[in-house]
Amino acid sequence: METDQVFFTDYSGRNPLLDQMPSYQASLNRGMTAKWRGTRRGRFSSSDSQKGAESSFRRNEAAEEMELLPIYALVQPMAEKRREKRRRLGKGQDLSRWEYWKGNYVFRQMRENAKVLQNHLQLWKKDIRLIEGMFGTGILSYFYFLRFLVMLNLAIFLLMFAFVMLPMIIVPHTSANVTWSQSGGGNCSSYKIGNPRALPNFHEQITDLLSGEGFMERTYLFYGFYNMDKIHFPHFTYNLSLAYLLTTVAYLLFSLIWIVKRSATGFKRSLVQNEDCFQSFCNKIFAGWDFCITNKTTAKLKKSIMLNELRIDLEEERVRQKIAERSRTERLRIYFIRFVLNVFVIGVLAACFYSIYLATSLSQDAEMNKKKVNFLMDLITEYLPSIVITLANFITPVLFSFIINFEDYSPSFEIRFTLMRCVFMRLTSIGVLLLSLWRKITRCDDAFCECGYNPDLYSCWESRVGQEMYKLTIFDFIIIAAVTIFVEFPRKFLVKYCNCQLIKFWGDQEFSIPQNVLQIVYGQTICWIGTFYCPLLPAICTIKYFLMFYIKKTSLLHNCRPSVRPFRASRSTFFFLVVLLIGLILASLPVVISVAQINSSKACGPFMNYTTSWEVLPIAVSQLPDGVQRFLSFLSSETFAASFFVVTFLAMFYVIALARGYKKVISQLREQLTMEGRDRQFLIQRLVIAQRRSKFNPKPPGRSSRSPRSPSYHTSFAYNHPEAMRLADSPPPSSTQV
Amino acid sequence: MGSTSSQLDKDALSEYQELTFLTKQEIILAHERFSAMLPQEYKGATNIRLPMEKILEMPELKSNPFNKRICHVFSTSQPNDGSLTFEDFLDLLSAFSEAATMEIKSHYAFRIFDSDNDGTLGREDLEKMVTLLTGDSKDTSLNGEEMGQLINNILEESDIDKDGTVNLSEFQHVISRSPDFVSSFKIVL
Repeated sequence: METDQVFFTDYSGRNPLLDQMPSYQASLNRGMTAKWRGTRRGRFSSSDSQKGAESSFRRNEAAEEMELLPIYALVQPMAEKRREKRRRLGKGQDLSRWEYWKGNYVFRQMRENAKVLQNHLQLWKKDIRLIEGMFGTGILSYFYFLRFLVMLNLAIFLLMFAFVMLPMIIVPHTSANVTWSQSGGGNCSSYKIGNPRALPNFHEQITDLLSGEGFMERTYLFYGFYNMDKIHFPHFTYNLSLAYLLTTVAYLLFSLIWIVKRSATGFKRSLVQNEDCFQSFCNKIFAGWDFCITNKTTAKLKKSIMLNELRIDLEEERVRQKIAERSRTERLRIYFIRFVLNVFVIGVLAACFYSIYLATSLSQDAEMNKKKVNFLMDLITEYLPSIVITLANFITPVLFSFIINFEDYSPSFEIRFTLMRCVFMRLTSIGVLLLSLWRKITRCDDAFCECGYNPDLYSCWESRVGQEMYKLTIFDFIIIAAVTIFVEFPRKFLVKYCNCQLIKFWGDQEFSIPQNVLQIVYGQTICWIGTFYCPLLPAICTIKYFLMFYIKKTSLLHNCRPSVRPFRASRSTFFFLVVLLIGLILASLPVVISVAQINSSKACGPFMNYTTSWEVLPIAVSQLPDGVQRFLSFLSSETFAASFFVVTFLAMFYVIALARGYKKVISQLREQLTMEGRDRQFLIQRLVIAQRRSKFNPKPPGRSSRSPRSPSYHTSFAYNHPEAMRLADSPPPSSTQV
Repeated sequence: MGSTSSQLDKDALSEYQELTFLTKQEIILAHERFSAMLPQEYKGATNIRLPMEKILEMPELKSNPFNKRICHVFSTSQPNDGSLTFEDFLDLLSAFSEAATMEIKSHYAFRIFDSDNDGTLGREDLEKMVTLLTGDSKDTSLNGEEMGQLINNILEESDIDKDGTVNLSEFQHVISRSPDFVSSFKIVL
């Protein structure tokens, strides 16, 4: 009877023999606890005597494998782990390995201490924990992103401060001599400060503070103030203009490296596998629950989100099938609608861009005319471009998300497509603003063309661009704060205390992660552009994002409910960084063009002596020793560039090929796994038959007692695997009666 | 609270540190939380079993749909009633800690999801899981047809050897490719 139980499939439909397979044992020993093994053993207690030999064999193998893991990484209850530790300690001959782990343990402890210290220093630890508990990891990733930007801006500010501001600040306190940048005289070099005022009154000061003009213009805030060329310290000369240029290059490169480093993991993942296409359901079910959630309502919400998401996915699956069955006329109709709507979207975008262009021109013209209407009107004309951009950014996402409903895409593509349109809108609007500014600056009507810019209106055009960026940053912040206080809070209030059906239907504000991320990426892009023209902008942005964290947190905790459309943490982090990267590239474009192409102001700033800002570099290089010069000129030569590109391309192709190879290996392994699974099933079933037969054959009389069971088993088996039956039964045994 | 933390002597503390993924602070905090749940007369004793009902009152577990399964998986009591000793509790926190490896996390996740303890995730296990995830009241759960479609999809994606169930290695394979798992399979006190 005992044996019968061993080989009989248990009620879950699995054969216990499967559990004795080496592959299964390996996974078992890597993981199962003794307790679990205990319950299994309990269930098959009668089989223990049989298993004895095998299990001792596998226990040895298991021990070997266990030795490779540190104790804390064993999947066993505490008591077992303690026993294991004692066993390892007692094992004299294996001391070296034990010592290895012990060393590892000490190392781990050290790392742990460092981590604890780091944790203490981390910004907003408690707030982030709170948000995590209330809203889960999706929204958390937004706040991590915000924190990352605070750190990034702080780092850029420190860079700017250390190499540009600090030397200037300490000069008066040292015995250093200063070579001022000298204007060559002539038309280009007269510097007229924007709005000269003898005795500014209060509201004018406010205007100045908000627009960066008047008294603000001649401060460390703007490019124009940095008019030292070289600082001669007793032992060395500090070339400020060179430092200014190099710091600009450095902060752009530094941001690039940091972002790329952060997005590397996400990128690697998406390069090797595109998970979405074939395990979306598993991800949702197996990794869907956020164990971090501690809030009851959030848990409830999470459940309903889960349900919605599953329904949407199932729906999408059905939609996909429907799309496959779509007729030709239908398809044509949909393509036509999409075409029309895309034309419409382009039209909307063009209208937005044109109004930004108009607003910029208007605002710049008004400034030039220096006509004072009144305080408020002045402020509005000052801020006209910012207002138009913000308005466009408010309206277009709503419009886009409305339009997308008619385009009949799959739900997930809908979200992504709307987002891409919004990204395009946000970032290009900055581009349009800069372009219109650039046109204004470089337009020379008559004799002024010698300067390369319009010196009459823009005697210090860099400062002017800096002011524009400064205004955009300030306005962005004001809008964020204002929306929270004047829109979201009253809305929450209304929804909570008003019984009106319509308002109830409107509901609480949703915290939509993509839109919020876009908002801060937009701010960051401005910051990157502006840092060259307004070196203190990173500091302002640091403060801005710092305050924004609290604003967003308050708004999230009190005014918002999380979005019903879920956003996966991992994917979103990568997505944020990609958008940020696009922003960075877009930001470095105008900076690079203005540094290399547009003539630098002759009336202000560190590059007065040079035609363009870039010129400072070749001149500095020409003063270096001969060998270094030759080396640097080699670095910048075409030969080097070409060979460098070739090498980079080769490396890239290698990496891509490697990734493809891995992809292939993964799919092959998958196939192999499938085949092995089938093989295993097949072999086991054969083995079962063989063993049954060897049990039956020696004692035919026992047959009658088992006969009620065996036929059923055999028939079911024969039904599934006829070839196995044939193999197993090749010499027809007397005992089997099929 | 200072008195309770001092009850965990230094040797025990360093041993726990050695045997779990937890840091010193985390262990001390865990001890404080655990002894706060103990009845007054047993304060500070580490070998007392806390019944499951008591554990489930913790806010970290209270709203978790898998909370009972978690208790059962980490409990070492015989027969298994889901009650936890302090060491079981530490095991739980260790597996759910930030430092724990993917291996450990996916292993315990598998056992938490395997509600009939048979070592594989069959259709019933999956169905139970989905119900826990979506809530079990009538209007919040999927209907039979949807459930069937969903489970077929899951099995299609994860059941590599096509035996109709998801075993541990298949589960770990799937989980290893699900980037959110490690960050979300986490309980921190």
